[in-house]
Amino acid sequence: MSELTHQDVIDAEMAAVRPDGGAHPSRSYGPYRSTALRHPVQPLVVVEDPEAVELTGPVFGHTDVTALDNDLTRQHPGEPLGERITVTGRVLDSGGRPVRGQLVEIWQANASGRYAHQRDQHPAPLDPNFTGVGRCLTDGEGGYAFTTVKPGAYPWRNHLNAWRPAHIHFSLFGTAFTQRLVTQMYFPGDPLFPYDPIYRSVTDPAARERLVAEYVHELSRPEQSLGYRFDIVLGGPRATWTEQQDRQGDDAA
Amino acid sequence: MNEKVTAGQITPSQTVGPFYGYALPFTGGGDLAPPGDPRGITLHGRVLDGEGAPVPDALLEFWQAHPDGSRTGAPGSMRRDPVTGAVLGRHGVDFTGFGRVSVDADGHYALRTLPPPPDAPYISVAVFARGLLLHLYTRAYLPGRHEDDALLRGLPPERRATLLAVPEREGVHRFDIRLQGGAGEETVFLEFR
Ligand SMILES: [Fe+3]
Repeated sequence: MSELTHQDVIDAEMAAVRPDGGAHPSRSYGPYRSTALRHPVQPLVVVEDPEAVELTGPVFGHTDVTALDNDLTRQHPGEPLGERITVTGRVLDSGGRPVRGQLVEIWQANASGRYAHQRDQHPAPLDPNFTGVGRCLTDGEGGYAFTTVKPGAYPWRNHLNAWRPAHIHFSLFGTAFTQRLVTQMYFPGDPLFPYDPIYRSVTDPAARERLVAEYVHELSRPEQSLGYRFDIVLGGPRATWTEQQDRQGDDAA
Repeated sequence: MNEKVTAGQITPSQTVGPFYGYALPFTGGGDLAPPGDPRGITLHGRVLDGEGAPVPDALLEFWQAHPDGSRTGAPGSMRRDPVTGAVLGRHGVDFTGFGRVSVDADGHYALRTLPPPPDAPYISVAVFARGLLLHLYTRAYLPGRHEDDALLRGLPPERRATLLAVPEREGVHRFDIRLQGGAGEETVFLEFR
């Protein structure tokens, strides 16, 4: 087992990174150690081609989801442990248009901070009544909704005493392959934010804030669940001939 | 034609992490070609890091035009059984244009698909992995009208070679993805505007 870096070293490295003005993290963010050998060092090649296949993207439909896929608390015979939450929001493109009929996928740790994944060695208990996987299609307004439990924080081995703030992983499709996004949603006020190099890899404070869901009391259901809102805006160009795609979205919604 | 991305609004990317394996991959994710279609081809290779070691936890997504040139795709990539919730897989008739494969412990993937059309002779690839804070795009070019292709024409030969799938035998093409390396080693990655 190799010697792990201390938190204060990671803290100093994170403090030394200047925001570069972009919303996305740099792929070579040193405090997240796994980036070292996994980021390109050659310049990316810019594609400005109106014929590019990537300006269109995969489509999904009702055959790709079932009605219960967006309720992570009802996928097993028993009730999962943990605090019930609902997470709702809208998926928009960078022009503010709703992304309709597209696939939203989530995955998360259980209330104890353990993933139902063989490689997760965190000694917190697995929950036989919780897998932590959900999916749904966005509706005609780009809206989505999930019912789940609040995931726990969990340790990882980026450095000594490294803990991930509670988060839900999100995977999103737009109307173009260029709009593809995989991200993580966090919970407001998490005390672990200052210590986490993945959260802090987004160096612009305003952009980082957009990864944090908002607690919305009106979305809480009496004696049932706490409500959070998490809106998602996809970047990336798309084809201009979207009328047909919009119609497909209406069908799917 | 394309909207300029306003960095002030978009949701930032975060790594897919190491634990997506029970959530994102699905049965038949790499089997785009309808069974028995005589045009079926295989694209396969490995995902490698800056030391040339396999990346065992990469997830690849593929998107391409239909052999007839259509770019609208079709639903049904990951059909699910409404009774049990189990994955049914593709129904074997429609070509959805979309594939998703997680690599094995050797960093290896295989995609069985139909050849893209001659005027867009490439399969677009998105690469996700632990340690990758923002996914990467590249293209695997199959034999076709490369001389017409603006992207390939603009690259120096050693960089261009990283985008060309290598024919191994009839219908089988090799395409390795190297995340980091010298100009002739590292795969050309793309940024769309
Ligand atoms: Fe996680």
